[in-house]
Amino acid sequence: MGLPGEDGRDGRVSGGRSQVKYIDEYRDARAARRIARDIGRITKHPWTLMEVCGGQTHSIVRHGLDTLLPPEITLVHGPGCPVCVTPVELVEKAIEIASNPKVIFCSFGDMLRVPGVSRDLLSVKAAGADVRVVYSPLDALRLAMDNPGREVVFFAVGFETTAPANAMAVLQAHRAHTGNFTLLVSHVLVPPAMEAILSSRDNRVQGFLAAGHVCAVAGYEEYEPIARRYRVPIVVTGFEPVDILEGVHGCIRQLEEGRSEVENRYRRSVRREGNPAARKAMAEVFRLVDRKWRGVGEIPQSGLGLRAVYADYDAETRFGVAGITAEEDPECISGLILQGIHKPDECPAFGTRCTPEHPLGATMVSSEGACAAYFQYRRRT
Amino acid sequence: MAPENESGAGFACPIPIQQYPHVLLAHGGGGKLSQQLLERMFLPAFSNAALEARHDGALLELPSRSLAMTTDSYVVRPLFFPGGDIGSLAVNGTVNDLAMCGARPLYLTAGFILEEGLPMETLWRVVQSMRRSSLDAGVQIVAGDTKVVERGKGDGIYINTSGIGVVESARPISPARVAAGDAILLSGDIGRHGIAVMASREGLEFETALESDCAALSGIVLDLLSDGIRVHCLRDLTRGGLASALVEIAGAARVHIEIEESAVPVLDQVRAACEILGFDPIYLANEGRFVAFVPEREARGALERMRAHPLGASACIIGRVTDRDPGRVTMRSPIGTSRIVEMISGEQLPRIC
Repeated sequence: MGLPGEDGRDGRVSGGRSQVKYIDEYRDARAARRIARDIGRITKHPWTLMEVCGGQTHSIVRHGLDTLLPPEITLVHGPGCPVCVTPVELVEKAIEIASNPKVIFCSFGDMLRVPGVSRDLLSVKAAGADVRVVYSPLDALRLAMDNPGREVVFFAVGFETTAPANAMAVLQAHRAHTGNFTLLVSHVLVPPAMEAILSSRDNRVQGFLAAGHVCAVAGYEEYEPIARRYRVPIVVTGFEPVDILEGVHGCIRQLEEGRSEVENRYRRSVRREGNPAARKAMAEVFRLVDRKWRGVGEIPQSGLGLRAVYADYDAETRFGVAGITAEEDPECISGLILQGIHKPDECPAFGTRCTPEHPLGATMVSSEGACAAYFQYRRRT
Repeated sequence: MAPENESGAGFACPIPIQQYPHVLLAHGGGGKLSQQLLERMFLPAFSNAALEARHDGALLELPSRSLAMTTDSYVVRPLFFPGGDIGSLAVNGTVNDLAMCGARPLYLTAGFILEEGLPMETLWRVVQSMRRSSLDAGVQIVAGDTKVVERGKGDGIYINTSGIGVVESARPISPARVAAGDAILLSGDIGRHGIAVMASREGLEFETALESDCAALSGIVLDLLSDGIRVHCLRDLTRGGLASALVEIAGAARVHIEIEESAVPVLDQVRAACEILGFDPIYLANEGRFVAFVPEREARGALERMRAHPLGASACIIGRVTDRDPGRVTMRSPIGTSRIVEMISGEQLPRIC
């Protein structure tokens, strides 16, 4: 079967015999244990740290990194899960648009299981809507060009990480005069969310592990005034076990020494100024807007919307869904979880009335959701 | 279930199928085109006495021992993917289910649901693939059926295969026999099929092409059994991956299963694809891998036997069974921490970032 050289058996098999570059060296057991020991040695006081990104939360829970830390350190899980913070009314708008038979509704796979008021996009798809999983907004744009008789809508969710590609899709659509391509925009930004958490009365966060991939795009200049104003160390942190322990180490050392600075512990990906080309595309297409965060409420100037010159690419206007509002399930405490006030297993509905099959909120179904991480890796412990 | 086509027989034109480049409704209508399809495509490909008797059913000679029987339906998009196709899947999948019962697979039936307009050439390639796979697995396809549904009502080809095998294992092989102290052997690296099919469906490209692991496991299983190894349980890894197979067995046997993440072999390309897409290899589909539960002291011997077979060259011991925490599967990470392994909820969906 297959042509010479096409046989997968040519490849190497993991299990100590090979390396996937940029992954294995950051999952090295000895390095992880050494850093964990160092953290134990320098920790003298109780500290609460928040990892901002849901990808980091999953890595922590999946690899049990918190169990390697001294008992003085509490990790709470932050708002950096784009699926989780997308407000329920945006999901309702998506469902309304996707139900239009003229529409091909494109989304990253993660969003399809997020519950709206009574349904999710997967069930709308099952009922006959043309909902497609794409890997890039540019794939959605290609669909629009290939289907001039249809309206193609891309669900543009995410933080600074996904915004540049979405901006690029709008710029390319504009250049090609693609009239049947629009975005349902729900972009949010990390720094305003961090400020909202820090200025909350219930805040318990004393230091941040900043989201490495967000910083790879946006840089970390914006965090410097936050670190100064609120006197919190902010450590730019990656996603693998060694990365995360490095981030914790940096944060704890600053706290124990009474410092509150921005520190980059994800140097292989992040520069202070971020990625200038990506930032330029974002600035060209998007402007700052107020945004609702699921479970949290509206945070001023915390998101991105299309600039007036690209208003033609706004799906909310084109499909007249701007007026749709929706209330979240009052039983879901995901807002408190996303702000680090509660942990998933402290929720009375966790694992009983709220499961991945019957979620009350998005944190239970997103691949970056804290509740999903606890359910998948830690239930019944 | 797609509606059965009942029209078409009257439209049949008695000329050879080469003059029909596409499947018509009449090919499933029971008339002359159906007959042509049978005579020119299926009979020569699956040639055996039971089929050639052209009876309403196959008359089979079977040894008077325990029999195993199973059925499975196959839907896959695309129909052809690196390392296999729906035809090889349909034969190997059912053969493997029989092998997991400790049975030597003997006979299969094949039911086809074809979509009107399917290129005859495509059907031909699938049937030839089934022929090769059944020869490789030592089974005969002794009965079959074909229906055609209207264009747009199917996905090209759906295949159902049922199979009968004769049990070769002296003791029963089933989850109920899994006990604390068993070692868990895995026959090879996991996840190739899932990534190969997804890559060809979604047009993802990797530096080296990846092939599905689709294969008949009856040979390697019979090797194990003929060596007298006391196999407690066998389970092939299919759609839900290694994780689902182990969770099912832990639940059925009320035992605790503990595996070592670093002991589970995963091809580099599969791992890299998982990192990019946000997948966990333990949930990826396989079509030619299985786990075996054997008493700890027979584990070495079983491992050597598996490794001696081409399909078990990278077999390894991935964990063990304890009675600490009945019903649960846990996985120890390379850094020494432990987490529970759950069955997947829904399907794995590619992540956002």
